[in-house]
Amino acid sequence: MIELKKLVKQADNKLILRGIDLKIDKGETVAILGPNGAGKSTLLKVLATLIKPTSGLVKINGLELRKNQLEIKKLQGYLPHSSLLYEHYSPLENLVFFGNLYGIKNAQEKAIELVKEVGLSFFLNEPVKNFSRGMIQRIAIARAIIHEPPLLLLDEPHTGLDQGAISILNNVILSMKDKGTTTLMVTHDFKQAAEICDRIIIIKNGKVADDFRLEEKELDTVSEKYQLQVEGVS
Amino acid sequence: MIRSALLIAKKDLYSELKTKQVLATMIIFAGLVILVFSFAFDPANNTTKAVIPGVIWVIIVFSGILGLNRSFISEQRNDTMQGLMIAPLDASSIFLGKFLANFSMILVVELVSLPFLFLLFDFKMYGGFGYLILVLVIGSFGFISIGTFLAALAANSKSSEMLLPLLLFPVTSPILIGAVQATKIILTNIEKLSSAMAWIQLISAYDVIFFVLCFILIDYVLEV
Repeated sequence: MIELKKLVKQADNKLILRGIDLKIDKGETVAILGPNGAGKSTLLKVLATLIKPTSGLVKINGLELRKNQLEIKKLQGYLPHSSLLYEHYSPLENLVFFGNLYGIKNAQEKAIELVKEVGLSFFLNEPVKNFSRGMIQRIAIARAIIHEPPLLLLDEPHTGLDQGAISILNNVILSMKDKGTTTLMVTHDFKQAAEICDRIIIIKNGKVADDFRLEEKELDTVSEKYQLQVEGVS
Repeated sequence: MIRSALLIAKKDLYSELKTKQVLATMIIFAGLVILVFSFAFDPANNTTKAVIPGVIWVIIVFSGILGLNRSFISEQRNDTMQGLMIAPLDASSIFLGKFLANFSMILVVELVSLPFLFLLFDFKMYGGFGYLILVLVIGSFGFISIGTFLAALAANSKSSEMLLPLLLFPVTSPILIGAVQATKIILTNIEKLSSAMAWIQLISAYDVIFFVLCFILIDYVLEV
C-alpha cells in the first residue's frame, strides 16, 4: 500500500527526514512513535501530499506521489492536529461540503450516518464553534473517513479526548481495519498504540530506528523498545 | 475543476450569509465613502459630475480589498486550507472558487452602492448604461482576479492586511487607470465612446493575460 525509498525532506538547511525506507502492506494498522521533532508529522504530511519531499520515492497503492497527486488524494483520509472544520458550519454542513468535494454520492445521508456513528446526532445542526475539543475531534474523524478512504493518516488522534471519545475513535479505526483500510497513526500514546496497532515504527532523528510487529497487545514491549531506541535505556 | 470551484464559492458565500461579516463591512464602507463625498461636493454644481467616476472606483477598490483580505485568512482558522489542499482538487479550483465568491460579493456591493451614489449626487444618465455595466464588470473582474491571487500570496505573511494593498495597487494600476478613464467618458462625454472602447480593450487584454497567469501560478503560491 505504501512504499517509501530513501525519502528525504529538508527545510531551511535542516534535514527533517533522512532517507526513510519503509513498506506498509494493505490492511495494516501501524503506529509511528518517536520523540518530538523526530519527523513523524512531516512524514505524514508528505504522505498526505501537503509537503513535497526533497528527494526519494513515495508510492501509494502503486501510484507515484509526484505524478499522481489527485488519484492519491482520493485514497487518503487525513486527520491532523487541527480539525480542518469550518467553525460556523454545523457538523452536517461541514461533512456534506467535504463529502461533495470528494465527489461522494448521497453526501447528506452519509454525513448524517457518520454523525450518528460518532455519537453526536443531537448536535447535527449546531455550529461547530460551540463544541468541546472532544466533540470537534469526533466530527474531524467523521470528516477524514467520509469518502471511505483505503488509507487513513492520523496525527496524534487521541490527544485531548476523554475515554468515551477514545473508545469511539478506536472503534472507528478498528471497523475501518475490518473493511481493509490501512492506518498510519502518529502517536505518543503507547497504550492506544498497543491496543489497536499491529505494527510499531519508531522514528528518531528523521530515520527509522525500529520496526516491529505486535502479536498481542504488549504495552510493555512497546515501552521497552521505545526506551531502548529513544532514551538509550536497556 | 468547475464543480469543485463552484462548491468552494458556494461554501464561501454561504459562510458570508451566516456570519455577515465581510459583505456588511464592504457595504458600510461604500455607504460611508458616498456620504463623505456627498458632503464635500455640491450635487447642484456641474463639476461634481467629474468626481463620480473616481468615487465609483474608490468604492470598488477599497471595499474589494476588505473582502480580498478575508478571503484566504478565513481559511487559516482550524487550518481549513489544509482541508482543501488534501481534497482531490487542483489548486486552480481553489483559486477559481475564491475568485467567484469575491467577484460575486463585489458585484453585490456595486449593485447596492452605485444607485445610492447616483441618487445622492442627483446624477442622471443619458444613455451608455450598458457600457457602464461592461466597464464595471471587466474592471472588477481584473481587480478581483489579481487580488485573489495576491491575497493567497499574502495570507502566509504576518502583516498580510498591509502587504495585500502594497502588492495589489502597482499590479492593477493599468486596470484602474483604464476603468476610471472609461467610466469618466461614459458618464460625462458619451460622444467620445471610441476612446472608452480603447480603454475597455486594454482592460480586457489585461484581464485575460493576468487571469491565465494567476491560474497557472496559483499552484506554486498555495504549496506549503
